[in-house]
Order: sequence, then C-alpha cells, then structure tokens
Amino acid sequence: MTFLLDLLAAIGRPVLAATASVGSVAIFAVTGLSHLVRPPFYWRLFGRAFIDFAYFSLPVVALTAIFSGMVIALQSYTGFSRFAAAGATASVVVLSVVRELGPVLAGLMVAGRVGAAMAAELGTMRVTDQIDALQTLSTNPMKYLVAPRLLAGTIALPLLVLVADVLGVLGGFVVGTLKLDFGADAYLRSTLDFLKTEDVVSSLVKAAVFGFIVALMGCYHGYRSKGGAQGVGAATTAAVVSASILILSFDYVLTELFFAR
Amino acid sequence: MSDTPKIRVRGLCKAFGPKTVLDGVDLDLPAGHSLVVIGGSGSGKSVLIKCILGLIQPDAGTIEIDGVDVLSLDRAGREDVNRRIGMLFQNAALFDSLKVWENVAFGLLAMRTLSRRAARDRAVEILAQVGLGPEVAMLAPSELSGGMQKRVGLARAIAAQPEILFFDEPTTGLDPIMGAVIDGLIVDCVKKLGSTAIAITHDMASATRIGDQACMLFQGRIVWTGPASSLLESGNPMVDQFTHGRREGPITMQLRA
Repeated sequence: MTFLLDLLAAIGRPVLAATASVGSVAIFAVTGLSHLVRPPFYWRLFGRAFIDFAYFSLPVVALTAIFSGMVIALQSYTGFSRFAAAGATASVVVLSVVRELGPVLAGLMVAGRVGAAMAAELGTMRVTDQIDALQTLSTNPMKYLVAPRLLAGTIALPLLVLVADVLGVLGGFVVGTLKLDFGADAYLRSTLDFLKTEDVVSSLVKAAVFGFIVALMGCYHGYRSKGGAQGVGAATTAAVVSASILILSFDYVLTELFFAR
Repeated sequence: MSDTPKIRVRGLCKAFGPKTVLDGVDLDLPAGHSLVVIGGSGSGKSVLIKCILGLIQPDAGTIEIDGVDVLSLDRAGREDVNRRIGMLFQNAALFDSLKVWENVAFGLLAMRTLSRRAARDRAVEILAQVGLGPEVAMLAPSELSGGMQKRVGLARAIAAQPEILFFDEPTTGLDPIMGAVIDGLIVDCVKKLGSTAIAITHDMASATRIGDQACMLFQGRIVWTGPASSLLESGNPMVDQFTHGRREGPITMQLRA
C-alpha cells in the first residue's frame, strides 16, 4: 500500500507541477494580452521590439531560408530521380518552404536570437530591481515590458516569414536552374501552379502564432527569473527550449487544422 | 496638523517558506519626519520597505498611508499612491535601456503631462539639484560611476516631488566622502520637499546624518526606537552591540562550522 502511494505521489508531483506551469503561463499570457486593449500603450517600446524582431533578425532568417531552399531542391531532385519524379522538385520546394520550413525555421531562429535576448533583458531587469523600480514609478511592468513585445512578435514574424518564403523558393530556383538544369520558365510555372492561397495563409498564421510564442516565452521566463546571473542564464535557456518545443508542437496542431482531410 | 501618521504599520508579518522575516512590526511615522531603520543582514529591513511600497504582499497586518489602508487598494489605487512616493534602490536600479534624462523623467513621462522636450529640460534641472551637469543627461547609466548612479537614482526618486521617500542602503558601495555627499543630498532633498522619509542602512554615520528618528529590527520585530542622534549611545544592549560592531552581546550570529 505504501509503495502504491509513493508511486502515485511520484507520478502526481510532476503532473501537478506541469499543470501549475501551464496555468501560470496562461495567466501571464492573458494578462499581457489584456494590456494591449487597455491604454496607455507604449508605441515607442513596440517600435523598438518590432525592429529588433523583424529588422535585426532578417539576415539570419534570410540565410537560413536560402540554404534550406537550396538543400530541399538538391535532396528532392536526387531522391525523386530514383523513381523518375525529378520534375516534382519545384513543387516540393515551394510546398516544403511555404508550408513548413519558412515558418518553423524562422520561428526557431528568432527564438534563439530574440527570445533569448528578451529573457536575458527582462531577467536582468528583475534581478537588478529595475522591474520593482517600474512599479514604484506607477508603471505596470506587464503593460510596459510585456504587451509591446507580444504584439511586436505576433506582427513581425509573419513579415519575416514572407521574406523567408520568397528567399527559400529563390534558393531552390537557383539550384534548380543553375545546377539541376531545369528551365527557368518551367521551374517558375511549376512553382506557381502548385502554390495555393491557403499555403501562404497557413504560413503566415503559423508565423503569427510562433512569433507570439517566442515573445511570450522570452517575457515569461525573463520576468520570473530570480537568483542573480545564474537565474538569468537559466531563464534564457528555458525561454529558447520552451519556445522551440512549443513551436514544433503548435506546428503539428496548425498543420492538422489547415491540411488534415 | 492632523494626528494621523503619514505612515502607520500594524502587526506586519511576512514569512518566506519556513523563514519568518517580519513578525508583527508596528510603526508610526508622522508627516515630515525621517526614520532610519537599522538591523543586521536578513533582518527584514528591505522586506519592510517593499511591503509598504506594495512590491511584496505581507501575510498579515495593515499598512496605512495618510490613514488609507493601502493593502486593500486595487492596482489603480495602488498606482495612485505610488505617484506620491519616491524610492532610491540600493543599486540605484536605473533602466539601462534608457538615457540618464529618461530615467530621471520616467515618472513625469509616465504621467503624460509633459512633452518629451519639457521632460528633458526638467530632468536637467533635477540633475543639477543632485550636483550633476547637463552633459550627464544624454549618457547611458552604464557610463556612470557608482556615486553618479546613486545621484541619478536620487534625482529619479525626487523628480515627481513625492510626499514620501524611501532609501534602501543609500551609501552602500560608496567611499566615505561620496557617502557623505549622498547623505547631504538626501537631507537637502527631504527638507526642500518636506517629505516623509524612511531609510534603511548599515552605515551608522549615514544613519545619524539622515534620520530624525531611528529604530532597530531584530528577528522580525522592532526592538528599539529613539532619536537617530542617540544611536551610538542608546543604552539598549542590542543597538549598542550593532552600532559599535561588537562580536559579544545579545545578538549572536548563526555561523556554520
């Protein structure tokens, strides 16, 4: 009987902890979102976060997209050649990039770059009393620090993904025409024939969700960090890891919603 | 003059897990007076101030400011109260993403009653009050020395001309001369504004310079209250041991072998 109780306790503890964490993140997210519709809104901070998210992430996302498109073109060609389907390369590249690789890779890269930076910044503000100082100056930290970042992430990532989608297809086009001897016209026609509006819409919706996740995890872990430099480091790691896992999980959920028949 | 103290604390208790930090603190501070709270590390001085500021929710007790129970206020009410309060943090807690003038004018900009240009001009005036020139206004906090950061923190605390000022270890980490300079600025600012002030410190020279009254926290309770000028000869064995830094006495340090 004691063994059974110990076993149940051992199972119950992490389940309760996980449930508490989910609840805590949900409350944090709802509180942050509620400040988007309650004035004042800090447009200057939104602008700063937006530039950090969109403009400064552009090089890393662009390079990732271009090389991913190139690799997909090469792999699809060599794989499909085995059963005489090399002609499908352009369509595979565009669908892979727009539906999956664009939003997922951009989300992961931004999680590593911006999510980590957000967690580190807010974490440092927490452990150096700057967040307490905000409160003593009658400024709600959720409104000042979190709400502008959540909005910036949600708007900026779709724009980044739009660029990533174009560059990823361009990468495939370059490899397809210069190395794999596809005609430029035929490659582009095949690309446009297979690309549907819902592919682009799903890509942008995924990007918006992933951008929100990156900002939420960065803010949540940074805001709640404690214990000095070590705590800030742990918050940064947790922000990147949790954002990455959530991006991959939500990618499946959103794919199910858009494409499952 | 009203008999209601500016700050009244009754039966304030706070524990973190098994550790009781505040164990029934009672405090009355009349308007316009300065109180210095002394006590060993971990005695609950910072927690007391953070409870009054609304940064920590106490487990029990009441805190009244101008007779209003601030613990029962909603967030907006609390923010209104905080507009009448200034705080100088131990490490100054300047916003490192903002320039010095933006730090000083932060509370003014938050009220949205001044344009950015007017707020900057006002910040330069306030910086002058703490002995800093206009060239400092455009610097980042990371470009300042510790003493200058404390001055900017003080400027930020007094910018909105608060009725109540809190100082958390204002001279910690500063050399004795700079400590005396900061103390002098604090006394000048408090007198000029007519503010009610609470300072916590380990620095006895600073305590006697800043405070009208003093009290000592020990094991979560106030064990002595008296004039700050009598700190060094209080007649209380605990205060005497603490202020003279004696190893022997009623306060025993918990040291691990």
